[in-house]
Amino acid sequence: MDISYIILIPIIPLVVFLLLGIFNQKIKPGISGYVGVFGLLASTTLSFYAAYQYFFVYGKVDGVFQTFSEKTVWMNFTDTLHIDMGILVDPISVMMLVVVSVVSLMVHMYSRGYMKGDEGYTKFFAFLSLFTFSMYGLVLATNLFQIYIFWELVGVSSYLLIGYYYTKTAAIAAAKKAFIVTRFADFGFLIGILIIGFYTGTFDFETLNNPEGSVILNWAATSFMGLSVITWALILIFIGGAGKSAMFPLHIWLPDAMEGPTPVSALIHAATMVVAGVFLVARLFPMFYFVEDGFALNIVAYVGAFSALFAAIIAITQTDIKRVLAFSTMSQLGYMMLALGVSGYEGHEGVGYMASMFHLFTHAMFKALLFLGAGSVIHAVHSNYLKDMGGLRKYMPITNITFLIAALAIAGVPPLAGFWSKDEILVAAFEHNKLIYYVGVFVAGLTAFYMFRIYFGIFWGKERTYDHKPKESPLSMTLPLIVLAFLSVTAGFIPFSEFVTADKAGFEAHLNYPLAAVATGVGLIGIVLAWIFYKNENSLSDRYAKAFGPLYKWASDKFYFDEIYMFVAKKILFKRVSEPIAKFDKKYVDGTMVGIGNKTVLTSKKIKGIQSGKVQDYAFAFIAGVVVLALVFIYLWPN
Amino acid sequence: MIQGISIYEILTVTTVLFFIGVYGFLTRKNLISMLISVELILNASVVNFVVINKYLYPDMLQGAVYAIFIIAVAAAETALAISIIINLYRQINSVEVKDTEVMKH
Repeated sequence: MDISYIILIPIIPLVVFLLLGIFNQKIKPGISGYVGVFGLLASTTLSFYAAYQYFFVYGKVDGVFQTFSEKTVWMNFTDTLHIDMGILVDPISVMMLVVVSVVSLMVHMYSRGYMKGDEGYTKFFAFLSLFTFSMYGLVLATNLFQIYIFWELVGVSSYLLIGYYYTKTAAIAAAKKAFIVTRFADFGFLIGILIIGFYTGTFDFETLNNPEGSVILNWAATSFMGLSVITWALILIFIGGAGKSAMFPLHIWLPDAMEGPTPVSALIHAATMVVAGVFLVARLFPMFYFVEDGFALNIVAYVGAFSALFAAIIAITQTDIKRVLAFSTMSQLGYMMLALGVSGYEGHEGVGYMASMFHLFTHAMFKALLFLGAGSVIHAVHSNYLKDMGGLRKYMPITNITFLIAALAIAGVPPLAGFWSKDEILVAAFEHNKLIYYVGVFVAGLTAFYMFRIYFGIFWGKERTYDHKPKESPLSMTLPLIVLAFLSVTAGFIPFSEFVTADKAGFEAHLNYPLAAVATGVGLIGIVLAWIFYKNENSLSDRYAKAFGPLYKWASDKFYFDEIYMFVAKKILFKRVSEPIAKFDKKYVDGTMVGIGNKTVLTSKKIKGIQSGKVQDYAFAFIAGVVVLALVFIYLWPN
Repeated sequence: MIQGISIYEILTVTTVLFFIGVYGFLTRKNLISMLISVELILNASVVNFVVINKYLYPDMLQGAVYAIFIIAVAAAETALAISIIINLYRQINSVEVKDTEVMKH
């Protein structure tokens, strides 16, 4: 299969970014929007062509999807250890190309309407293109180092876009927080990469992931503190992934990242960048699974399950709709992680892996739709808070219907996309770990409840008095909503298990009716509860909030994790560690240098009198010297 | 060769002349006086050249030639020194050596 044209997919957004970035001031906003959209349209077309070629024409040989790669050596350390640059084409990278392309294209189109009249319109599109380029590079990376480079690039784009409204203090703080927290996690990732490089002698995914390869067979060669060093490396790499995917306890940046423009939240913080962590674990899945009998994978499962539950509980209490969606994203990412964590490798055993990728795919569609819908609502009422919304269904019919579809999809109502992928996840969890299964089912109920809480809150409920009468958004904004709604309905019917599986061979997936019935039932209970509580304005929700008392307060303040981090950072790290070190540095390290300088100045002050500038003093010194020398030569010099 | 006067007397005279020059160079406050002192030092050495040539190697001429050479160089040097002093005077209106301290800055 000729894959050289795939390199164009990331190159086009890069060119668009450079074009819009360099001629930022000269390009008219109207044109820059079109440049962005059409550039991405080209990339999307190529992505779909690549997906078609890979999945239906050339990819499958003897019933197994092949891995194609093309690379050049970029930095050479030893014969085996070198950093390559190139593209890797296998089922998950092609699938991610499609996800990134679709969501990014929709967001580009949507942004033309949403950002209209904004001062930094061209800049915004330039940043979006930069992000899209980085994300493509990330999914196509051939080795750990290349993925790390693009990993940081998406981090930078995310930083730039969260801080897009750079005159707003909250936005700047959020951007910095996102960058610092993810950077902190990436430190673990980097150490993991270095350990892998040191002990296995390669960064290449194909070599690392080969189940019969030396890396996986020899995992037990070196151990450290009772675990294989490779397991340690995988845990560290997972820390990096957890930071990007906002897993507990590195989730604190995601809710704040909602300060960015809403299309950005849809693209970066819902559909693409935050799934990079899931993608990373999936990319290294054979290693996670085989090394030390999946010890690292168990950690992934429990962290994912806990994050899913934790975030869903917080999401119920939030009043800012974007924050509800942010915690919902975190919860769904936890779902994907736990699915990977309970997955096996071969055939139907690998249902968790398949389900995780499936959920990643469908979640990207309906979560992007939810965010764009929320953006449409925010655009109309100029507020993020539920208390300023209500009864909007009359004013915004398209947003209402598309939002409802997305909410039903995420709640797992058949036959929408979320139902299929969530069902597969629950099947995988049920077969491998009952505890995680129960958590998953409970979270499914919570998801339906909080999603319909905001749905009813926005579109039903009591009508507020609006300053401007809210009206439906323009076509540039509603068209992406309709397309994504269509995908949210249909994406579930893709027979994913034939295309994306852990062993790349594909298997027949069947709907497990009892489990599907349970999951759907729980989801429906959540929806009905939300209906009772929030359909019409009533005091029921307040009464229950009161009944839960401190527990409710605790959850609505996000379990005080921000405060804990602040306490650890300020009171412990800054005060107990950094301050003494800074003092030592100022007093002793700087002090030594300053002392040397001061002493030199003092000494020179003392001896500078010799340079009197009087000719006769110099002459006297000279003659005295001559006389002394003469006396020495005459009387003391041994003949 | 002068009858009744040995090389020692003449060398004593030139040594005295030399140290008068050195003393004058170290103590005079006027640049011109210092220049004159330098001339004294030079003349003392010129006399030394001639005398040593005459008394030790009477049939050679190098000492006398060097004496003339030194006189020529001394004349050039004096001209140079005088021009420097004149220029200095134009700048600072003084030929006092203590006022030339400004040149160190």
